[in-house]
Amino acid sequence: MKPADLCKASSAWFGQGRGLFSDVVISSRIRLARNAAGFAFVPCLGADEKQTVLDTFKTALLGIELEGEIFFIDVAQVSPVERELLVERHLITRRQANGQGPRGVIVAYGEAFAAMINEEDHLRMQVLAPGLDLHSCWERINRIDDKIEAQVRYAFDRRYGYMTACPTNLGTGIRVSVMLHLPALKMTGQIEKVLAAARDCDLAVRGLFGEGTEAIGDLFQLSNQVTLGVSEARVVDDFVTRIVPKIAAYELEARKALLAERPQTLDDKIQRALGVLRNACLVSSQEALFLLSNVRLGVNLGRIEKLDLATVNELFMLTQPAHLQLRAGRMLDAEQRDSLRAQILRSRLCVN
Amino acid sequence: MLCQACKEHTATIHLTEIRNGQRAETHLCQECAHQQGLAVKAQIPLNELLSTLLSVQPEAGQDQEKLAAQMEARTCPDCGMTLKRFAKESQLGCPHDYTVFKDQLLPLIERSHNGKSRHCGKVPTHLPKAEKQDIVLRRLKQQLDEAVGQEDYERAARLRDEIKQQQEPTS
Repeated sequence: MKPADLCKASSAWFGQGRGLFSDVVISSRIRLARNAAGFAFVPCLGADEKQTVLDTFKTALLGIELEGEIFFIDVAQVSPVERELLVERHLITRRQANGQGPRGVIVAYGEAFAAMINEEDHLRMQVLAPGLDLHSCWERINRIDDKIEAQVRYAFDRRYGYMTACPTNLGTGIRVSVMLHLPALKMTGQIEKVLAAARDCDLAVRGLFGEGTEAIGDLFQLSNQVTLGVSEARVVDDFVTRIVPKIAAYELEARKALLAERPQTLDDKIQRALGVLRNACLVSSQEALFLLSNVRLGVNLGRIEKLDLATVNELFMLTQPAHLQLRAGRMLDAEQRDSLRAQILRSRLCVN
Repeated sequence: MLCQACKEHTATIHLTEIRNGQRAETHLCQECAHQQGLAVKAQIPLNELLSTLLSVQPEAGQDQEKLAAQMEARTCPDCGMTLKRFAKESQLGCPHDYTVFKDQLLPLIERSHNGKSRHCGKVPTHLPKAEKQDIVLRRLKQQLDEAVGQEDYERAARLRDEIKQQQEPTS
């Protein structure tokens, strides 16, 4: 499997865009950070040692019975645009893409599982699921972690737990996050209030691509900050029983209020977005995100017929710059990308 | 509600002050509150946090400079990491750094983890039994406190029994 082969479809796990609270929760994700005992952390590893760490974890991971097509991508060897594609698909982080020396990623379960080797920690693995489904994410990643642990000795301290390069990941090394679509809270001006409340509960709020990125298209990523002194089950439970249902209820309430009080304002926004996407000849990636966000809201509220959530979700992914260039099979300048993006959007969203 | 200061953003910080029996309310947005020096629980970048902690010297007087120089010069014998480099990159060089720089890192760890500094989550199977037990007990005790806090006494009783059971075999 080459990264380029991935550019024509959205990730298999993303599927039909189903799952609990799928009208608000786009996806669930759990990440674990681990380091092998007996090695320095990545910032202090030489190229040879990095290679050893890479080989160790690669062998361990490939020795486990992971499901679906399993492939290893040598991030140091692939082209920059392929690295960018992996970032756009959330299989690797920008840090891993821009890193140095031997590093790679193992992907399985239809891209629902990805394990980065030699990113900030020796091993950073994640499991993704559509909608709110953190319990199954935890079950799966915990099982995989057990199987790796049977082969590789992790750096572990009786006080601090799993040792990590950055003290903010210490302990469980767990990062639980949910990607939320909150257009109605944004429209009704309540978003800041909700996000401030989330921050008060020690949650980090980020944009689509994690740390340091802006929230565009009304997509917000919420994740836990505290990883030490809490159990994994506790962190997961907080999201599933407390945090997400509450925010989802606020968003759904705001949508209902908009429908009842300002149906025309709402429809105007949705139909305008659809109108532009169905007719425009040049659409930038920012604009696409913004407009698709409104269309997604329209589909969720039943204001647009003959369009399903899966198509909209897929377009979020396929219209990103690296996806377009690999699809075209060549480098494209900004205008060429905007043109190809508009073409895909037109053909996928047109009525027939 | 709009922020009283900038009249532009939504007010998310609501401050009620009672001075000489007089009640005054202030409504501000995150940014203006920050500008006015209000302590808003915000996410401080790790490196910023570290530089602040490092600049606070425990003792005053002539030792101060010496101490600062000493601290800056301290290097992990295993990986060569220094606090200066850590403050810049927010990443440590090896597990031993947590011991070498304990005095500086511990407050930082507690700040980032809600005051906690002891693991109570998953434990690798290779860990010696006694160490494993420590962590499991810590978790159970935390759950017990929680159950009591929620007045879920049935669960509390169950947890108490479990804690007893855990403590028995080794004692």
